[in-house]
Amino acid sequence: MYRFALGRLAQAIPVLLMVITVTFFLIHSAPGGPFSADKAVPPEVIKALEEQYNLNQPIWQQYLSYLGDVIQGDFGPSFKYSGRNVNELIAAGLPITAELAFYAMLVALSVGIFAGVGAAMRPNTAQDYIPMTGAMIGICMPSFLLGPLLVLVFGIYLDWLPVSGWGDIPGDKILPSITLGTGYAAYIARLSRGGMLEVLSQDYIRTARAKGLREPIIIIKHALRGGLIPVVAFLGPAFAGLLSGSFVVETIFQIPGLGRFYVQAAFNRDYTLILGMTIFLSTLIILFNLLSDMLAIWLNPKLRQEIKGAN
Amino acid sequence: MIFHPEKQSIHQTFSIFNKTFSFLMLMLFISLTGCGSGESNVSLGNKTGILHWGNGTEPASLDPHIATGVPEHHIMSSVMEGLVLKDRRSLEPRPGVAESWTISDDGRVYTFKLRDDARWSNGDPHIANDYVWSWWRALQPALGNQYAYMLFPIKNAKRYYDRETEDFGDVGVKALDQRTLQVTLTNPTPYFLQLLDHYSLFPVHQATIEKFGNADQRGTRWSYEGNLVSNGPFKLDEWKINRHITVTRNLHYWDNDNVALNGIVFKPVENTVTEERMFRAGQLHVTSSVPADKISTYRKSNSTELKIAPYLGTYFYRLNIKTPQLQDRRVRRALGMAIDREKLVENITKGGQIPAYTMTPPGTMGYYPKSTLAFDPEGAKNLLSEAGYPNGEGFPTIEILYNTNEGHRKIAVALQEMWKEYLNIDIKLLNQEWKVYLATESAGDYQISRGGWIGDYVDPNNFLDMFLCGGGNNRTGWCNEEYDRLILEVAPSQSSHEERLAVFQQAETMLLDDMPIIPVYTYTSVKLVDSSVENLDGNIMNQAMYKDIYLSPRQ
Repeated sequence: MYRFALGRLAQAIPVLLMVITVTFFLIHSAPGGPFSADKAVPPEVIKALEEQYNLNQPIWQQYLSYLGDVIQGDFGPSFKYSGRNVNELIAAGLPITAELAFYAMLVALSVGIFAGVGAAMRPNTAQDYIPMTGAMIGICMPSFLLGPLLVLVFGIYLDWLPVSGWGDIPGDKILPSITLGTGYAAYIARLSRGGMLEVLSQDYIRTARAKGLREPIIIIKHALRGGLIPVVAFLGPAFAGLLSGSFVVETIFQIPGLGRFYVQAAFNRDYTLILGMTIFLSTLIILFNLLSDMLAIWLNPKLRQEIKGAN
Repeated sequence: MIFHPEKQSIHQTFSIFNKTFSFLMLMLFISLTGCGSGESNVSLGNKTGILHWGNGTEPASLDPHIATGVPEHHIMSSVMEGLVLKDRRSLEPRPGVAESWTISDDGRVYTFKLRDDARWSNGDPHIANDYVWSWWRALQPALGNQYAYMLFPIKNAKRYYDRETEDFGDVGVKALDQRTLQVTLTNPTPYFLQLLDHYSLFPVHQATIEKFGNADQRGTRWSYEGNLVSNGPFKLDEWKINRHITVTRNLHYWDNDNVALNGIVFKPVENTVTEERMFRAGQLHVTSSVPADKISTYRKSNSTELKIAPYLGTYFYRLNIKTPQLQDRRVRRALGMAIDREKLVENITKGGQIPAYTMTPPGTMGYYPKSTLAFDPEGAKNLLSEAGYPNGEGFPTIEILYNTNEGHRKIAVALQEMWKEYLNIDIKLLNQEWKVYLATESAGDYQISRGGWIGDYVDPNNFLDMFLCGGGNNRTGWCNEEYDRLILEVAPSQSSHEERLAVFQQAETMLLDDMPIIPVYTYTSVKLVDSSVENLDGNIMNQAMYKDIYLSPRQ
């Protein structure tokens, strides 16, 4: 298991290097620079600014010195937010985005597993069709539609919940978490239904039933562990997706997380901020994928054997 | 935490299914809900004297010599103050840090008397030399101050900035004593007092800046939470990135007794739809804008919360006169005359915009320019046929460039249709992402391009000097030496305001006759203002005088 993890981490290094290189040269080749503005900026000002941020050096030199900084964990100063460095901006947004992702995941898991397992227990009945139709709608409904809809109903018409913010007013975390979690809940519902159906048709479940065990015990003790493997495998990418894809929800609900910086940074040509965010999120995605693979191995005896055999 | 019996029964039901699962649900419930419903920001703010202000984007900087945007301006003008303030309605100069001033007969020497009780927010005395040092800093090229040119009316300021003189003593700003500041200008500049209320001329606290780095160093942390020392009615209290910036009453402010608000919360809300919802839910007193498609709803309901005021800015199109088919003046005029601006603002923009027939918005410092431009489809058609394109025949397809934005697209589409209808010519549309569009336009790699200009100060000069030969904001390739002479030499040397305006009128007429730009409409500022907010008058700079604002809740 350790060798597996170490091997995967070693693979991550060239991947990250690739990400940095491609992003660096792509963003630097995009037309317009960080200091271009509607009101013409005098050439001497541009020159002074480029000197301060080393943009006057040849591009490969900029690349190497950036790489050197990144290896030391320094993402450099933001071009747009004068006086802030990228590490600081990430540190400011990350706890909030992570909290949002965590709650969204709780919503997704609780609703998704409940609906999926329920559906699998009585396939092709109303108990299956209704949540699965709901799941289909949930997958199709983009958060930029669901968010404002929820706000309109619960925030404005019913006036039960705050329409925006994060930790400012009691209850303001509910709507964003539901909005972000819904798509994932729907996905998890379908995955857990599929996984459970497969497991429930296996011999050992039949044996358990033949023993005369009660259905809830069969589901919880025997079926869930195998039936939820697809869900576990999905958790890593899902968490990474939640962290990097919360931009829309953060904008709708005015949440001061990471996502808002990411998109704005691209528009502003804030080179260091784009790069810093990209590297940071890529690292997260790699780590989460690794974690979810390890979890899947731990849960699945067959995979464990395969790894051992390979070693 | 109080444990409710009904929660226990819920717990039991779930435990049949999965204990972990119910634990997750419970955690979710507890963490997401708080106890009790909160009072809205607006009603709470009305009691405590805190104004909640929708402020657009996260400010990039609060250093007045580095910052450039409108959101930054709002915050800086609440915590900083220039020598002179503006009246919130008429924008006439009003004493600020300077309690009085005299202007020499030739209009070149301004002598300001600073208040005895002027103080920085840390209690330091605020003296004339603060301005000498601040303006020295503003003119350091290494700082990359994009608004350095605002100081150029001061004698030798430009020469110093361009390093033609090394000695700042040559620049026309002197502290005669601790309370007296003398400023000498190159030319009599009627708008000079206005410039003093622009943040590029605000004073900065020398000791604080030097504590955090060199004076001409960008990106030091002197203007951050806990560090910033300023001289305005409020002082910086808290800066939470992307969440809010709060300012509180500055007890050392000279006019503190007349400041009604105890503080302001500036919220960076980029999304106008979110902002409007926040306003409706009572989380904001004032929004920075209103979504275009909501304006008509508010108008229909005769909402008193919707505030629309003319804004000192012009929406226009640049014509690249290097484009072969646009080299003929008659073609350019024809395009300008074949736009039904009334229809455009009525049906497309819908925000109360005013059709524009001149580059300078009418009413700028008493300047009401006459225009040679009008909506005249017949005249336009005749001009086009004189230029060799009868009924648009043979006129090649040309392209309108605009930056990606739904509003700009709608206007471009409307123009496309009008030019097809009235001139029978074909137009293609090309949208580009903002920075790409800026690069394309600056490189002159376009035929027709959308533009907008918001005035920095209320004077026709600010609109007309854009189109000087080779000017950074010209970008049309248009160059007229006589025009340059009028703006650079004749207008500044006029002794009376009326004569000066007459020169501007002459220049404006030249611009419109040659038409390297097509004015479309004068901007309006559109926002939602809660009925409790008093003294937030609409003015053409869309500038709030925070020290005047007070909150009076209506039952």
